[in-house]
Amino acid sequence: MDTSLGSAVGLTGRDGRTVAEVSQTGHLGHAEAIGALLEQVLAAAPSAGAGAAPTDEAAAETLTHVAAGMGPGPFTGLRIGIAAARAFALGRGVPVIAVPSHHAAALAVIESDAPAEPFAILTDARRRETAVTVYEGIDVDGIPHAVVDTVLVPQAEVDRRLGALRRIEVTEISGAALARVARRAVAAGRTLTGSEPLYLRPPDARVPAAPKKVGS
Amino acid sequence: MSEPLVLGIETSCDETGIGIVRGRTLLSNTIASSMDEHARYGGVVPEVAARAHLEEMQPAIERALAEAQVRLEDLDAVAVTSGPGLAGALMVGIGAAKGLAVSLGKPLYAVNHLVGHIAADILTPDSVPLEYPTIALLVSGGHTSLLHVRDLTTDVELLGETVDDAAGEAFDKVARILGLPYPGGPEIDRAAVGGDPAAIRFPRGLSRASDLEKHRYDFSFSGLKTAVARWIEREQAAGNPIPVADVAASFREAVVDVLVTKALAACIDRGVPRLLLGGGVIANRRLREVALARAAEAGVTVRIPPLSLCTDNGAMIAGLAAELIASGRQPSTLAFGADSTLPVTEIQVAERDAVAAGTGVG
Ligand SMILES: [Zn+2]
Repeated sequence: MDTSLGSAVGLTGRDGRTVAEVSQTGHLGHAEAIGALLEQVLAAAPSAGAGAAPTDEAAAETLTHVAAGMGPGPFTGLRIGIAAARAFALGRGVPVIAVPSHHAAALAVIESDAPAEPFAILTDARRRETAVTVYEGIDVDGIPHAVVDTVLVPQAEVDRRLGALRRIEVTEISGAALARVARRAVAAGRTLTGSEPLYLRPPDARVPAAPKKVGS
Repeated sequence: MSEPLVLGIETSCDETGIGIVRGRTLLSNTIASSMDEHARYGGVVPEVAARAHLEEMQPAIERALAEAQVRLEDLDAVAVTSGPGLAGALMVGIGAAKGLAVSLGKPLYAVNHLVGHIAADILTPDSVPLEYPTIALLVSGGHTSLLHVRDLTTDVELLGETVDDAAGEAFDKVARILGLPYPGGPEIDRAAVGGDPAAIRFPRGLSRASDLEKHRYDFSFSGLKTAVARWIEREQAAGNPIPVADVAASFREAVVDVLVTKALAACIDRGVPRLLLGGGVIANRRLREVALARAAEAGVTVRIPPLSLCTDNGAMIAGLAAELIASGRQPSTLAFGADSTLPVTEIQVAERDAVAAGTGVG
């Protein structure tokens, strides 16, 4: 489950293949969408048709892990998917695997065109900033290898900071790719990120100064 | 299903509330508050509240289940606050509620927070059932509302509400003016000990004859706060020491007076001799005292749920859903979102068509 950009839910079988995947694009409507998306994926899973081998059906019946996309992304939307993932996992009595959302984006790129050179995943971080993570291939566990951790870059400085590095601007995360990253992390016994979302910014709040005069 | 087992999730402000009820029996009222994190900001910061809800959600659900000694698979339904409240905070609860309901294949009820405050009363053990109709006065840091409740599940009318600050907010702001910490309610109470509530005549908002025409049941506390600040500045400019106890007691009296006067006016105008109090500000002892005394004079019966059910909590959300279920209402669809200004007339949000309703969630 990932709501760092749009809302995305995917289901993969024990072999890592996509069983079902649905999404809704856009920065809004995560709270409205997430329940129905989850339900659609679960409904599609056992009857996924030609693509679904019996093992996949079994996997759907006995879900073993829930992957939660931890961002970066606009906070309000991001939290909805994490909350849903955790509660869903609680209901099934299975663990939640926290996955940086950019890892899923990077895996999707690697799976589709296997770039030989390093590349940057870019997502809109609002406030004229871009969230950037630089990847180079996959590591020994099959997990996209982040050579530079996620940073926020002012939009005006992206050109200067990234130079000739290949840029991939992402507006959608694949739930199935997220699940595959999680699967590999579980297989390798690795923790990819903490339980706190990748907020990258402190909350907007100021400690108030002394009360101002109202005049008489 | 006469005694549905319901888990309620409430995240409209700074309390992560998880409640479990069986019908009208309270099994758990688990609350994780982020109040301490807001204290240094002098008020609730929405982003801080939303972050705390996400952190607290899973542990709070687990604590509630342990306390109620029930398992998730035993639940008959999940309930959640859809609004009104802070949008970003509400959405954490909605995300969790949908995840849980779909995971368990249980029906989901999206309900109104304010009506939940009224439902708190039916969870009070050993008390006779709430009689209808009743006037309800709900006072907290987030709302100040006067309601005419003819039926908890079908007929709630908004008579009036605050046009600016909530009463609890006024306590917080005046506490700051007096140099007292957040939250202001208990601080003002402490400061008012020994003070004369009649020492300073602070204004009663929207209480003049000219205001009463249009705003008979509405409240305004912004002018009161400014009047307190002005009074203190004048005294300071004149070189007088500030009689903090008198200021606190007089300010509190102005708030209490206007709340009780308008609530009892509604009881009398509507011919409803019952008043239900709810919301966190009901913790204020002076408000309860004045309400009870003046209601007795007016022949109005006052009901006050225990304080743990007056502040925001998940039990009242579960309790309201249990009543909806008992009255045969269909669950909500999964399509609802957060509505920060949800009107009180929408007791349940996105109820499924009875015709289309099958089994499971949907
Ligand atoms: Zn409330």
